[in-house]
Amino acid sequence: MELNDEKPRVILNEYKVTQNLPTGPTILDEQFTIRNFKRKCRIVIVRNENFEMEFDWIGIHPFLANTFRRLMLSEVPSMAIDKVHIHNNTSIIQDEVLAHRLGLIPLKADPTLFEYKSDASAEGTEPDTLEFELKIKCSYNKETSKRDSSRAEDMYKNNNVYSKHIKWVPIGNQKERFKDSDVGPIEPDILIAKMRPGHELDLKLFAVKSCGKDHAKFSPVATAFYRLLPDIKIVREVEGDDAYRLQKCFSPGVIGVRQDKNGKKVAVVNNARYDTGSRNVYRYDDLKDAVVMSKIQDHFIFTIESVGAMQPADIFKEAVKLLRDKCASLLEELNSS
Amino acid sequence: MPIAQLAETEALSDSSKSKTFVFKDEGHTLGNALRCVISSYPDVQFCGYTVPHPAEAKMHFRIQMHKGKAVDALKRGLEDLVNVCDITLEKFENELQNL
Repeated sequence: MELNDEKPRVILNEYKVTQNLPTGPTILDEQFTIRNFKRKCRIVIVRNENFEMEFDWIGIHPFLANTFRRLMLSEVPSMAIDKVHIHNNTSIIQDEVLAHRLGLIPLKADPTLFEYKSDASAEGTEPDTLEFELKIKCSYNKETSKRDSSRAEDMYKNNNVYSKHIKWVPIGNQKERFKDSDVGPIEPDILIAKMRPGHELDLKLFAVKSCGKDHAKFSPVATAFYRLLPDIKIVREVEGDDAYRLQKCFSPGVIGVRQDKNGKKVAVVNNARYDTGSRNVYRYDDLKDAVVMSKIQDHFIFTIESVGAMQPADIFKEAVKLLRDKCASLLEELNSS
Repeated sequence: MPIAQLAETEALSDSSKSKTFVFKDEGHTLGNALRCVISSYPDVQFCGYTVPHPAEAKMHFRIQMHKGKAVDALKRGLEDLVNVCDITLEKFENELQNL
């Protein structure tokens, strides 16, 4: 097939996956050396906004992609509520369920400014703990204008407890080190509990620094994943209605229909990047020989979605530094023994 | 901090050629990366890792050499990974600045 170019590819066939025969040695058959890595590896940032980042990492071995994905998910630290002191809870939600829900609330706090707590049972101190308070009571709404309403939000006050009700209590010097806007829940409208008149919550919350290995709530990313770059080639002309049919087989924007010199409508590949790799073309016997779908094996598209405490670029850099420090300290230990 | 320890291995003729290292508090993340790097060295006959039990935070790392010492291959592997991180960081920072 004409896919035998210099790139290593997996070819998506109807019932199986095969590989092409690249014209030269690729990164996958080459020995891993630093020189090769430095020469071949390339990073291209595609998108970076609103705590979401997409970048291409080209010319690397798959093990590196996976190592950094794993590091971002489970070893880059962040802050989360870890201990809840329940002074009063007369709502219908049980203490342990409430505590668990509070733990899962993403917190805005730069984890690099905090230390790991050395002794989990010790009282929190300024460098390692953030303290919060949740004190709220539900009552009847005395406002006369809403007397006839039967909607819960008109009849009662504080019937819904949201994450915005959590108040930060600075420990020691924290008031000077952080602004009020630096710490607290990232989203103000996370529903924590529902209450009725007479119900009351009086809680003290303690957030500490830890990593995803310990508990998923400490993971700084909502998700971090990579995929291989898809590539689609149209190997014979597809025209007229068939072109539109072919277009429908792929994700929107992947296949375009253009008019050629003779006025014929012809299918062309616009942008294969965002194709899902679904094999819908194989439903049509007359179209399936017209395209070859493949994925490029040394081209990784990373997507990092941050929870909101750190920028995705910082999360990635943190992951790289983590592996570096880990290897460096092991090396030091080996050299000293 | 994780500690690399030498596990007791059978006293073969030359035990420095083949060794199993035990890494505390490490798992597949470091294990697989290191394995892939080290197994590509020409002097290495075999390199593999295992996490013997998921509840135990330990990773066993085995290196068998054609010639040379197993510890040296491990050191070289760790050095290479440090370099990989440095290069990656540099390239990523460059790209961020050019955005």
